[in-house]
Amino acid sequence: MLDKLAISFPHLGDYSVVFTQLIRHLFPDARVFPAPPMTQKTVELGSRYSPDFVCAPFKFNLGNYIEALEQGANVLVQTGTGCRYGYYGELQEQILRDLGYRFQFVCLSRERAKPAALYRNIRNLGCDLSLPRMAEAMLLACESIRAMDRYEYWMREQVAFETVPGSFEQVRQQLFADIARADSLADLQKAKARCRKASAALKTDPPQHPLRVGIVGDLYTLMEPFSNFFVERQLIQQGISVSRVMGVWFLLFGKNHKQALKDSRPYLGYTVGANGVDSVAQSLAYAKRGYDGIIHMKSFGCIPELNATPALMNLSRDWDIPILHLSFDSHTSETGVQTRLEAFADMIRMKKEEGRIADSQFGRGYRFGIH
Amino acid sequence: MTIGIPNALLYYRYQYLWKTFFAELGCDVVTSGSTCQATLTQGVALSVAECCLPVKLFLGHVASLIGRCDAILVPRFETLEKNQEFCVRFWGLPDVVRNTFPQANVLSYNLKGREGREFLALGKRLGKHPAQILKAYRRGVQEQSRQDRLAREQQEILLSSPAPKVLLAGQPYLIHDAFGGAPVIRMIEQQGGVPIFAERFDRKACRAASRELSKDLYWVVNQEIIGAIPLAKHQVDGVLLVTAFPCGTDSLVNELVLRRVGDIPIAQIVLDEHQGEAGLQTRVECFMDILQERRQSRAR
Repeated sequence: MLDKLAISFPHLGDYSVVFTQLIRHLFPDARVFPAPPMTQKTVELGSRYSPDFVCAPFKFNLGNYIEALEQGANVLVQTGTGCRYGYYGELQEQILRDLGYRFQFVCLSRERAKPAALYRNIRNLGCDLSLPRMAEAMLLACESIRAMDRYEYWMREQVAFETVPGSFEQVRQQLFADIARADSLADLQKAKARCRKASAALKTDPPQHPLRVGIVGDLYTLMEPFSNFFVERQLIQQGISVSRVMGVWFLLFGKNHKQALKDSRPYLGYTVGANGVDSVAQSLAYAKRGYDGIIHMKSFGCIPELNATPALMNLSRDWDIPILHLSFDSHTSETGVQTRLEAFADMIRMKKEEGRIADSQFGRGYRFGIH
Repeated sequence: MTIGIPNALLYYRYQYLWKTFFAELGCDVVTSGSTCQATLTQGVALSVAECCLPVKLFLGHVASLIGRCDAILVPRFETLEKNQEFCVRFWGLPDVVRNTFPQANVLSYNLKGREGREFLALGKRLGKHPAQILKAYRRGVQEQSRQDRLAREQQEILLSSPAPKVLLAGQPYLIHDAFGGAPVIRMIEQQGGVPIFAERFDRKACRAASRELSKDLYWVVNQEIIGAIPLAKHQVDGVLLVTAFPCGTDSLVNELVLRRVGDIPIAQIVLDEHQGEAGLQTRVECFMDILQERRQSRAR
């Protein structure tokens, strides 16, 4: 049927490093490459062939697929659970077939994301690894994701205060390179040790009262910086420490739905789909920990996040914490986002300043709203 | 006790069940009546801008019930069976209403497979005896299925009419809403056509038939809508997919249907709260012209 496997997949932030590593181990003879880097052209291609008001990740994914097919891919991978994600695959395959491409579509959504079905799918594609070796490759990928997410979480909180510009990024790139090369768990241990050592040597100079912002929202918009115009980077450039729990590790192993539902009381009583409950639970945690603001990001029309929005609005009022709601589509303008972010940063900075002055001057009564 | 039921969303699917259930339990029932301009304006003002039109209408209906009843029924719908889910929108409905109207007394049940058990809990919250609740529930189910059967039989008669028939495939709560699909229905009738409704076919048969069009589809209401297309294909002249901006499930499913259904005239109409009638009129007239033209060329 197909001569040589050329496997490709859509982008999700920097995780393509790990996906490449995993597929490279599962199919040693195949050519494995992530879709070409995202550009404005990707977005245009994707939106041209997508339905009008589908959520933005669909358009980004489709653009990735088209560019990957142009590069000679003949096997495309899609996953998806929850909300609309689980249904992406069937429509994307149909659209690409209508465009006349020839390829094999591996859709690991919903029921097919379960271990038994996953195993069958991998075997069907012609993987002849023994089961233990397969498990080892999976384990290595999971551990890689964990190492990545741990470093990036720490980095987001610290990088705004680095003394040597670019030093954190350098360590991160080194970690990625090591992960991409890793062939065994021992390699990964070495990479982790190297990263730990390098990060211990990184110098920061945080101000006495740094601004801290938490980021919550839908998974794709949070994890794919291209789709949110690098919001995190923009915040960091303004000297703000950013916290974001969302990551692939969190989605695969970190999520505890029951606990999140408990944590999001009294704002939510039921699960509202995908990551809506997590958004509320995490926002409440940020509010309790005294963060200065929260940014709630979603792709346009994301239903679970829209379900959570009224709850977040109430939370913002009750806890006196500003929440900036950002919606992204393939047409969102970068300048618009930038303006809103700058205004938001100024606002929380002034709010913090005012709060500190009010706290230090006896009788100003800031907490009672009579200043 | 007076229970308020908003005339929106799955009211169009469960209205007789709800009304009978509460009446049997000795509660008074008020509904919010059909949508009017005030409902829409209020709904738009109350909801996040990018919500879909039916949800905006729903919030408008809830707002109009406040002060007129002791409790408002806002059920939560998650699944009917495995792989038969409701749109995530319905999962969050009670929480959206509770957060938007903190003063409202929201009465809710959580449909997740077993319906009877949820109604039992609902009745207990009203302080009724289990035997009475179960009896009321059974009456409600009977009444609902009787009304569904009646609607189906009436549609059977319409299906044998000689006029051009248009299958309206869309969420029932959009199609039957005065500010949603009602103008479309009126225009089809003005053009001498007969509107046929997708939700008035046998639901189970529709769900099974939807597999012909889409294997992965797991939204139950969409299964029932698009399942009617293969079922009614030989009885109707054309299919109009009616959807609201920006309906999450329809955005994907309708695109797939448009790509896969090739043997019958099919078009999609997207409604929103800013629509003018003229644009709609042009589209419906065009579509009806095509159907008439096809009929004539076939007769020749």
